[in-house]
Amino acid sequence: MYDNEVKSILFAGVGGQGILRASDIICEVIMEAGLDVKKSEVHGMAQRGGCVTSHVRYGEKVYSPLAESGSIQTLVSFEKMEALRYLNLLRKDAEIIVNTEEIYPPAVNLGDASYPDDVISFLKDHYGRVISFNAAELAQKAGNTKTANVVLLGAISNLMDIDQSIWENVIKKSFPEKLIKMNLDAFQMGINA
Amino acid sequence: MKVLMSGNEAIARGAYEAGVRFAAAYPGTPSTEIMEEFSKYEGVYAEWSPNEKVAVEVAIGAAIGGERALAVMKHVGVNVAADPIFTVSYTGITGALVIVSADDPSLHSSQNEQDNRNYARFAKIPMLEPADAGEAKEYIKLAFELSEKFDTPVFFRSTTRVSHSKSVVDLKDPEKYKDNTRIVYDAEKYVMVPINARVRRLEVEKRQKALKEFVETFPENKIEMGNPEIGIITAGMPYNYAKEVFPDYSYLKLGIVYPLPEKLIREFASKVKKIYVIEELDPFLEEQIKAMGISVVGKEIFPYTNEFDPGIIKNAIEQNTEGTVSPYKESLASRPPNLCPGCPHRGLFYALKKQKVYVHGDIGCYTLSYMKPLEGLHSCICMGASIGMAHGMSKALKEKGKGKVVGVIGDSTFLHSGITPLLNMAYNNSDALIVILDNSTTAMTGMQEHPGTGYTLMKKEAKRVNLIDLVSALGIENIKVIDPIDLKATRAAIKEELAKDGPSVIIAQRPCALFKRSNIKPKPALKVDPDKCEGCKTCLSLNCPPISWKKGVTKEGSKRKGISVIDATLCTGCGLCEQVCKFGAIS
Repeated sequence: MYDNEVKSILFAGVGGQGILRASDIICEVIMEAGLDVKKSEVHGMAQRGGCVTSHVRYGEKVYSPLAESGSIQTLVSFEKMEALRYLNLLRKDAEIIVNTEEIYPPAVNLGDASYPDDVISFLKDHYGRVISFNAAELAQKAGNTKTANVVLLGAISNLMDIDQSIWENVIKKSFPEKLIKMNLDAFQMGINA
Repeated sequence: MKVLMSGNEAIARGAYEAGVRFAAAYPGTPSTEIMEEFSKYEGVYAEWSPNEKVAVEVAIGAAIGGERALAVMKHVGVNVAADPIFTVSYTGITGALVIVSADDPSLHSSQNEQDNRNYARFAKIPMLEPADAGEAKEYIKLAFELSEKFDTPVFFRSTTRVSHSKSVVDLKDPEKYKDNTRIVYDAEKYVMVPINARVRRLEVEKRQKALKEFVETFPENKIEMGNPEIGIITAGMPYNYAKEVFPDYSYLKLGIVYPLPEKLIREFASKVKKIYVIEELDPFLEEQIKAMGISVVGKEIFPYTNEFDPGIIKNAIEQNTEGTVSPYKESLASRPPNLCPGCPHRGLFYALKKQKVYVHGDIGCYTLSYMKPLEGLHSCICMGASIGMAHGMSKALKEKGKGKVVGVIGDSTFLHSGITPLLNMAYNNSDALIVILDNSTTAMTGMQEHPGTGYTLMKKEAKRVNLIDLVSALGIENIKVIDPIDLKATRAAIKEELAKDGPSVIIAQRPCALFKRSNIKPKPALKVDPDKCEGCKTCLSLNCPPISWKKGVTKEGSKRKGISVIDATLCTGCGLCEQVCKFGAIS
């Protein structure tokens, strides 16, 4: 496998979960840390409850905003079954963070398909490091389930060598005054998760 | 100052930095944010025009008046605007004119994946193509310079991956606006009757020749020598993909994709042993380079379809046929985009399906209703096509089509290009029924204003077209206004209008469920009474996201195998499911 020192994180989930906001924040953090960064996602029809992914790539010099298939080191899945959808893009030794919240796709709602069982144990059987927790529940403790995306950022920050003060500064800049404390609490919940 | 920007934000910023203060557009993914961002800068005039043809004409008018004008659209929008574009290529302009075409390889949000580089060659208009946000910001400035220098409209091509990727951009202080606007009378240049157009036609060829010289030394057409065994000729985002996997090869990166720098290409070819041309979609560069008699490898190994990524390029060059595989082998339920909870379109399409009619669809959120279980429409070609197609089918089927052919079109799409075909329906006495889905906004692209909303892009109050008056003025006599969430009234109106002779229009009026100015506020979530639910699944056929099936909840004396449940966090209380429930189980 070709390795050019550039690291790739894939965010995956369902439209409306705050994935793009989270990937924006992480890019700002990486930029503040003095590295080059690019990210890519597709807007448009994907917003209407469909799958959403965002590639974040960082290093000394980044060319492509999309990662090569099979080269992604970190998957952050905002929804449990969505973690299974992109495994072909991951390295065999990838680290995976999974929000164990379940959002049923239409076919499952209609009873035409089943929601996969044992997602976490499957991931643990195939990948070295799998961190799973219910981000929505932690977000609720922080004050609002909508901060689940920031809880997940806390968990990612444990895997990255970037000073916590940079994370906190960017989070402070990213939200209106009255929401800052709640989001900093959510971030800390993710660090401790 | 360094900031993180999307390609679209960078295009807007670059235009602003270059002193551009005038732009017109019609929204369309992946181009929409360019205008939304541009309109926020101080001192600009920016408008949503009703369609791309009008936007280009507005920009041409401004540019003939000496202004530096920008017109922005998605790739298929250039089709709509092609007529003025091909002739402004002859006239040139007094100020400057740049037309942004945002192409969509992989059809992430489009009905086709046309390669608009072909327009540059077809209309004899130069085209620039940046590879990321940083280049986008600089290239838009260069595009305006080129337009002024050569008295030509200039195309600026982006793709979804450039428009919607973010990267680090270095902001500069904006240039001061220079007011060069003035009236200059020059009929020989601007009145394109044959006698004048023939003269301008020659000017176009002179300009082509001058541009071909210019691109040879244009600094953004650049050779980066590495390993001389392999040379790569590329442009735009594929440059980044290739550099990612083959950083050591030699590159000729083209900043202008039309016209091509023939001497520079020959020079590059003489320095490397083997050349790959890496480009998404059509072999646009490849065929022109091959026509120069230079041997290159292109579409023999690279795909014609879809956008590339680093892996596709590497696998093609290294002849790897095995892709990376997932260890998970079970099939995973797909998650297609869906109409939102409380969407007004859901009621209308449920009613149309019950009527068993052929529905010609159009471009907008409502196109999503074609999927199971709603299956609300049966064709969709392009903006505004539903009306002409419904009329044509109805005429062809004659008696067989009586009461069976419907066209549906959103309010923004109707004002974009539905007015003329509706005029035709009145004129040629059509028998089809047209439903205008008036949700008071351009919803699919993210809530843009249009002539029916009462506001402009610059957030000023505006004249609001009255759809009833407009439809009536076109000569349509049968007009009904309904609320599509009122199922009984909706079904009755559809039935009644289908039975009538001559054309009919139903205006289904209810604001988009996500529309912030809406006077319809969400109501408390509805609940399914588990004692009354008979598990008939009728409510599930609405495909409303909050409603799901709970298997195995049986009841004594009932054959039911489960019940429906409503997710209270998603439900907006629109009441559609309550109306379809035959057992009164939802309230």
